[in-house]
Amino acid sequence: MERIPILKMGDLLLVTIQVDMHDRLAMTLQDDLTGRIVKDRARGVLIDISALDIVDSFIGRMISNTAAMARVLDARTVLVGMQPAVAITLVELGLTLHGVRTALNVEKGIALLQRLAD
Amino acid sequence: MSNNDVDALVLPIRSDEDVVRLRQAVRELMIAAGFSLIDQTKMITAASELARNTLRYGGGGEAHMLKLWQGMRQGLSLTFIDHGPGIEDMTKALTDGYTTGGGMGLGLSGAKRLADEFEIESAPGEGTTVKISKWKPF
Repeated sequence: MERIPILKMGDLLLVTIQVDMHDRLAMTLQDDLTGRIVKDRARGVLIDISALDIVDSFIGRMISNTAAMARVLDARTVLVGMQPAVAITLVELGLTLHGVRTALNVEKGIALLQRLAD
Repeated sequence: MSNNDVDALVLPIRSDEDVVRLRQAVRELMIAAGFSLIDQTKMITAASELARNTLRYGGGGEAHMLKLWQGMRQGLSLTFIDHGPGIEDMTKALTDGYTTGGGMGLGLSGAKRLADEFEIESAPGEGTTVKISKWKPF
């Protein structure tokens, strides 16, 4: 089955979404990430969407839900790399990504997660 | 054959993968027509929302893509057709946050905001047709 790879770096989990995800794949990623937070005792999750050309309400909900589940499991989530056109479209769509921290790129995202963990 | 060579295209919406294929086809048409990146992104996102509705609520259907000309103005319309249960209460269906399917309730209202023109027809038991259009600024 098709899956998005999750990398472990210290107590962080890193995900780079590089494919145009269909809905089942997005749900699989949400489940995989939640499972890996517990299995790897992760304190932070970094989701890089710099390769995504669109974020629709389904992917947005997946990201929000993942962040909420991570928080319950004592891990913080940071979303990085959103393209400007995606940000404009998300706001017009009405999606607020409630409870999701964001950073401009992977480097700033990792720094933010380290600050949040202190 | 590339999608760029045709003026009209019909794609089935029967699976999650079809929704991805539709997004890619819309992107190709928008690029070929010379739309800006922001307009491409808005239209592809709106198409994704409406295609998901066709699949989840309409039980599947099809998307018709049509290049538009109005004098010198160029545009693109997308029409999503299903023969599912239809929409009982249109006012509610177009309200942000209202959903009967456990989603975020942003599909229809969001697509309406992202497109330049939005038309919807639905009757209980007869299905739903939603048409959105985007026009290229001069």
